[in-house]
Amino acid sequence: MPDQTASPQLSRRGLLGASTAVAAGPLMAAAPVVAPATPPVDPRRPVDVALTVNGQQHHLAIDVRTTLLDAVRTHIGLTGSKKGCDHGQCGACTMLVDGKATLSCLSLAAMVRGPVTTIEGIAGTDGTLHPMQQAFIDQDAFQCGYCTPGQIVSAVACVQGGHAASDAAIREYMSGNLCRCAAYPHIVAAINQAKDGMGRA
Amino acid sequence: MRPFNLDHAATLPAALAAARPVAGARVPPTAAPAQFIAGGTQMLDLMKLDTMQPATLVDINALSAAHGRIEAKSDGLHLGALVRMSEAEAHPDILRDYPVIAQTLQMAASPQIRNMASLGGNVLQRTRCCYFRDPGWAQCNKREPGSGCAALDGVNRKHAVLGVSDQCIAAYSGDFAQALVALGAEVQTAGPNGVRTIAFEKLHTASDNPHTETVLAPGELITGFRVPSGPWTRRSAYVKIRDRESYAYGLATAAVALDIQGGVVREARIGLGAVSYRPWRSHEAEAALRGKPLTEDTANATARAAFAGAKPRQDNAYLIDLGRRTLARALLQASRLEA
Repeated sequence: MPDQTASPQLSRRGLLGASTAVAAGPLMAAAPVVAPATPPVDPRRPVDVALTVNGQQHHLAIDVRTTLLDAVRTHIGLTGSKKGCDHGQCGACTMLVDGKATLSCLSLAAMVRGPVTTIEGIAGTDGTLHPMQQAFIDQDAFQCGYCTPGQIVSAVACVQGGHAASDAAIREYMSGNLCRCAAYPHIVAAINQAKDGMGRA
Repeated sequence: MRPFNLDHAATLPAALAAARPVAGARVPPTAAPAQFIAGGTQMLDLMKLDTMQPATLVDINALSAAHGRIEAKSDGLHLGALVRMSEAEAHPDILRDYPVIAQTLQMAASPQIRNMASLGGNVLQRTRCCYFRDPGWAQCNKREPGSGCAALDGVNRKHAVLGVSDQCIAAYSGDFAQALVALGAEVQTAGPNGVRTIAFEKLHTASDNPHTETVLAPGELITGFRVPSGPWTRRSAYVKIRDRESYAYGLATAAVALDIQGGVVREARIGLGAVSYRPWRSHEAEAALRGKPLTEDTANATARAAFAGAKPRQDNAYLIDLGRRTLARALLQASRLEA
């Protein structure tokens, strides 16, 4: 077994590559199942994870079980994204991964490959609020505010993906973000306001 | 969550090698120590609940290049297993020629989940039965074979009435699978014993052995689907009735496709879900409609045939009537479409 200290992922991949040739024979020949070729590694060892969050690179050595949400909040220290249900039901943890609205609580940090944008990365680098953030303030689109980071990230994806043509389309696209304060009508109003400033419907 | 090893497989052979089952082990694929993970929307949810306890996760997302394409060909629609739900729901060929497929995807889950979830993982989604999901319940034949079924005399308002047994009444809540079962799709797999093609209707197994949910072997991976073309695919529709209008599982759902010539139904394809234990193709209902004009009366008669074998428990008898109305509505809706 090769030394896995330097980079467990790369070494692991190397092992799999080596076992490929072994697998090719039995794969096609209906052979009886055989024991795994790779000895198990200790699953409690930290894994190296490289994340690009809001344009900044981070290299972490973390428990493989760490979700993208926990990596960003606890290890990188960006606590704007919120943990609501932690089961993909509420949308409070929504981030953009590769530009797509994604549930960070159901993503393993070690599996994330694309660039990540959190609520902290939505505003301009000079601190100017994004049109969607301004619209949420103007339209009073929150009460307690706990779901708001996820709402705004989803709302940006809603407009960028062309899902904001009508109130009904907005409501449907935003259905994965729950608001226990029921600010929904104001959230729809905010998205309608911001979509003009963002340049497309 | 329990500790696990995470393997990043760069190729299909590497993925199969990493998930290769241990010799002599006899477990259903859902209990195999190595599990494939793509979007992870269900796997991580069930691992957090301790309902699934894999020792190894094999990340197959790098296989997208080879198994992540949508191709409309003369023999039908080819869907790679790693196509994301949100890609397929907006694909122009699917929207035009297979509207029932697009609709099942559009009405499923939330946009975030559809951005993440793969088609291959979607059809393997497990039941929402609360007695299954929560390991705090001692009785669940799906989790613990022979332990019993807490749902039989529990709160079973959302449990199945078709294809159930005294072992399990859990409902299959997926949407996309109903389009596949109705349209007679095929599943392509690769596993420790080679590659094979399975009729989608045969993928999910019956409720008399609830611990085993599919015919897949441990370590066998769905690589894609083929949906055969036919004169019924364009005139197709999905109706989903649920407790709230969006982001909810169905209570009663119907996927239908119709070939109507000269005012007469030559071929009807009917898939049901939520009311059934597995993706349910109703051959009885299809036979009841064949050769007849599609009217409100024949639609209702077809729906009665679909639910003739229904077996309700104390809280879910309403699903029989709701299911019939849902199917009748889907048939009438599809009949008004252009072929």
